[in-house]
Amino acid sequence: MDTFGIWVAAFLTLGIISFLYRDNPWYKVCESIFVGISAGYWFVTLFYDNILGLFWRGVTSPDPHYMLLVGAVLGFMMLLRLVPPIGWISRWPLAFVVGATAGLYIINYFSSNVMLQVQSTLAPLFSTKFGQPIFEASLYDTIGNLVIAGGTFTGLVYFFFSKEHKGVFGGAARIGIWTIMITFGASFGYTVMSRMSLLIGRMEFIFGDWLRLIR
Amino acid sequence: MKRQVPVIITFIVGAVLIVSVFFPPAERLGENFSVFFDIIAVFAFFLGGGNLIRIHGNKIYRRQKDWAFSAVTLTGFIVMLAAGLFKIANPNGITGDVAATGSLFQTLYYNIFYPLGSTMYALLAFYVASASYRAFRAKNKEATILLIAAFIILLGRTPLGVYATGWVPESFSLLQIPNLAIWIMSSPNLAGQRAIMIGIALGVISMSLRLILGVERTYLGVDNE
Repeated sequence: MDTFGIWVAAFLTLGIISFLYRDNPWYKVCESIFVGISAGYWFVTLFYDNILGLFWRGVTSPDPHYMLLVGAVLGFMMLLRLVPPIGWISRWPLAFVVGATAGLYIINYFSSNVMLQVQSTLAPLFSTKFGQPIFEASLYDTIGNLVIAGGTFTGLVYFFFSKEHKGVFGGAARIGIWTIMITFGASFGYTVMSRMSLLIGRMEFIFGDWLRLIR
Repeated sequence: MKRQVPVIITFIVGAVLIVSVFFPPAERLGENFSVFFDIIAVFAFFLGGGNLIRIHGNKIYRRQKDWAFSAVTLTGFIVMLAAGLFKIANPNGITGDVAATGSLFQTLYYNIFYPLGSTMYALLAFYVASASYRAFRAKNKEATILLIAAFIILLGRTPLGVYATGWVPESFSLLQIPNLAIWIMSSPNLAGQRAIMIGIALGVISMSLRLILGVERTYLGVDNE
C-alpha cells in the first residue's frame, strides 16, 4: 500500500472509530463513502460475474446458450418497476425468483438440514460406529454421543409449540432450552472473538502500518 | 393478469425445480432456472443502483437536510462504478482483469472499501462488550448457562485459558479450559445447532410449500399499481 493510500485508510479508520465518542460529521462522511463505494463495488462485481461472465459469454459462445435470453428478458421486466403504468409486470420476475427460491430451498433444506442432521444424530451411543462392539467407545465419546442425541431431541421438543410445555414434555423442553442456551453462549463467544480479531487487525494497521510504532 | 400470472409462474418454477430432482431429463431445466435467477439478481441490483441515485439525487436537488452526505455517497458510487466499468488505470487496458494490481478499482478496494468495512465490523466489538455486560448478568438459570458457555469459549480460545488450567493433571485433561471449550463446541453446541437447523428447515419447507401452492401471496404486494 502506498503512503497516500495508508493515510486515506487511516483517516477513514479513525473516522469510523470516532463514532464511539458520538455521532459526528467525520463518521457520517466515512459512512456515506462506505455506502457509495460498497454499492459500486457490488454493482461492478455482479456485472462482470453474471452479465459478462454468465450471460454475454453464454450467448456469444460458439455453442450459444439462447435460453439465457429468457433470464435477461425476466431481468429487464424487473426494471419496469421504474415505469408506474406497467410496473405490475415486474411482479413476474419477482414471482420467478420466489418460485425458484422456494423450489430450491425445499430440496436443499430437506436434504442437508433435515435428513443429513437426523442421520448424523442417529449414531450409536456407546460405540464409535455401527458394527463395532457395543461398549467400544470411551467414556468421553459416550457422554458426547448422549449429549448430542439427547440435546438435539430435547431442543426439537422445545420448538414444538402445539402442545403445552408441562409434565414430562415440559421437562424435556426445559433441557432443550438449556442446550440451546449453551449454543447461543458458544456463538456469542465466537462472535466476540471474531470482532476482537478484526479490531486487533485495525489497531495493528493504525499503530504498525500508519504510525510505525509497532513492527 | 396482475395477480394470477405471478402465482402461476411461482407454482410452475417451484414445481419444476422440485420435479427436476426426481427426473434427470428435467435437471437441465432446473440448472437453467438457477442461471436465470443469477441474471435477474443483477437486474435487481441495477434497480437498487437506480434507486440509490434517485433518492440521493432528489435529496441533493431539493437541498434537504444532510444533502452534502448524499453527495459524498453518490460520488463514491459513481467513482467506484467508473473505475470498475471503464477499468481506469488498469495496467492491462480495457481487456484486463477488473481487479488487476495497480488498477483504480483495486486501489479503491484496498484503501477505502476494505478499511471501512473491517473497521465497521471491528466497531461491533465495543457494542458486543456492552451487550455482554447486560447479557452476562446471571439473572436466571438460562442466562447463567449462556454466561458460563460463552465464558469458557472465550477463555478457551485465548492464552489465558491455557495458563489458568495448565496445572490440571493430564488424567483430568477434560477440565482444562481449552479442552472443555472443544467439548462444548463438539457436543452440546452441536446438539443445539442441530435442533435449531432442523427447526429452521421445517419452517422454510412449510413456507416454501405455501408460496408454491399460492397460499402465501404477500410478496405480490397490494393491488394499487
